[in-house]
Amino acid sequence: MVLSPAAVTPVTAALLASMLGAGALACGRDQPEPLRPAPGDAESPVTVHQPPSLTSVETKEIDGLGRPVRVACVTCHSTRDAGGALPTSANELREFHVGLTVRHGTLACASCHAARAGGEPMLHLATGEELRTSETMRLCAQCHGPKLREYEAGRHGGMTGHWDLSQGPRTRNHCVDCHDPHVPAFQPSVPVLRPRDRFLAPPSAAHAGDSHG
Amino acid sequence: MDKGRRRALKVLGGTLGAGAFAAALAPLRAWSKSLSVEQFLQKHYKELSPSELAATMRRHEREAKAKYGRDVHIEDVRPMEGVQFGYALNLSVCIGCRKCAEACHHENNHDRKTNNSYIRVLEMEQGTFDLEKGDATYDHPVPAPGKYYLPVQCQQCDNPPCVKVCPVQATWKERDGIVVVDYDWCIGCRYCEAACPYHARRFNWEAPEIPADELNTEQAYLSNRVRPQGVMEKCTFCLHRTRKGLLPACLEACPTGARVFGNLADPESEIRRVLANKRVFVLKEDLGTKPRFFYFFDT
Repeated sequence: MVLSPAAVTPVTAALLASMLGAGALACGRDQPEPLRPAPGDAESPVTVHQPPSLTSVETKEIDGLGRPVRVACVTCHSTRDAGGALPTSANELREFHVGLTVRHGTLACASCHAARAGGEPMLHLATGEELRTSETMRLCAQCHGPKLREYEAGRHGGMTGHWDLSQGPRTRNHCVDCHDPHVPAFQPSVPVLRPRDRFLAPPSAAHAGDSHG
Repeated sequence: MDKGRRRALKVLGGTLGAGAFAAALAPLRAWSKSLSVEQFLQKHYKELSPSELAATMRRHEREAKAKYGRDVHIEDVRPMEGVQFGYALNLSVCIGCRKCAEACHHENNHDRKTNNSYIRVLEMEQGTFDLEKGDATYDHPVPAPGKYYLPVQCQQCDNPPCVKVCPVQATWKERDGIVVVDYDWCIGCRYCEAACPYHARRFNWEAPEIPADELNTEQAYLSNRVRPQGVMEKCTFCLHRTRKGLLPACLEACPTGARVFGNLADPESEIRRVLANKRVFVLKEDLGTKPRFFYFFDT
């Protein structure tokens, strides 16, 4: 019933040790703890992710890991002539890119795509200046200027890496990482991780069993 | 006769006394099973010498190894010189997907059973701003028409009511503005939870359950190490990441870029540009808590 000697002895010993040691070590933490060094110059790069959709298209085939097989644009565009004027809408596509959904205002294909025979597919600005697909953000920005301003100020678009660029790099999402240029509206999604907190029953059920309402 | 009675009373008194003594010590015996001598004698974080703190962290690593069979790395990540952390959130782009809460859940070794997270995303009726009427358990595709989403986590107040009410000073504000908890010093009275006007503190009603293979083994003493049962916990702006220059886990998980994190002491930082160019506001400003968490809208 009484505390066994085996349990008491180490407790007492440790208590005594801490009391004896306290005299010598009491000031152990009185010295201010050293802080980590202040941020230095922002030397690390901020890179913009290059999504695969800039240089390839999805096919209906699925690979061994269940991912859609992608085909590089140049697979067809380097050997075939896209030819002549581009169609005004996706409904007019007959042989390639058939079934493409486009819900991006009233833009026609040629608003962004350059009609070009063979070679790497190109885009163009309203001025007619041709752009490689890797420069898509300049194309988006000619209509969505305020969004680019927000993006450049770090207030739009996901990122990963370091806030302190003196300690490491940062990667920014590209417009096309989140917005399909043909259907740019952010699509609704099902939220994850519904809380099961004991205080967070849905409002309707919150007072169901509450008698003192 | 008299002597016999006296002896009987002595024996009775002795027995009762011994019994009472044993009963008085009973809690201590039960206690010593779950509490080691080192734990019992452990000092407050701020009073631990560097070697004592190191020994304490090694002990926690050994205990984690015994419990999860994983090599856990616990360190004491100190604040950075010249850094004052601040956070801002763009309500115009938040879609309420709760990816931030999920990232927090995994990064900070939260209890899997309760889906605990330091972030609560409130679904609010457009045109209203009553936090009491926000729904945190919505379960339909988002963004829902007519709604907006208000993620709420610790506001790292500069005038923190939670710190003032703690009877044992187990929670305090660090030099870089982050309010932390010494989980080994907390007595679990939940005063701080009651004092927080943002419902940002969580209590470990039970010991967190985390599958060993999902444990985040990169831990800090004051942030994401696995908390014991019966103590408070709270958002630390992921200090184990952010004090090393990394972005917090919730920001990295945000698919829309609604979150802006950085150093308020650096006039060139993104967070300072938000404060300079956006009409920012804080939650419950009238309470005078001086939050470091700002909200704003596009344009």
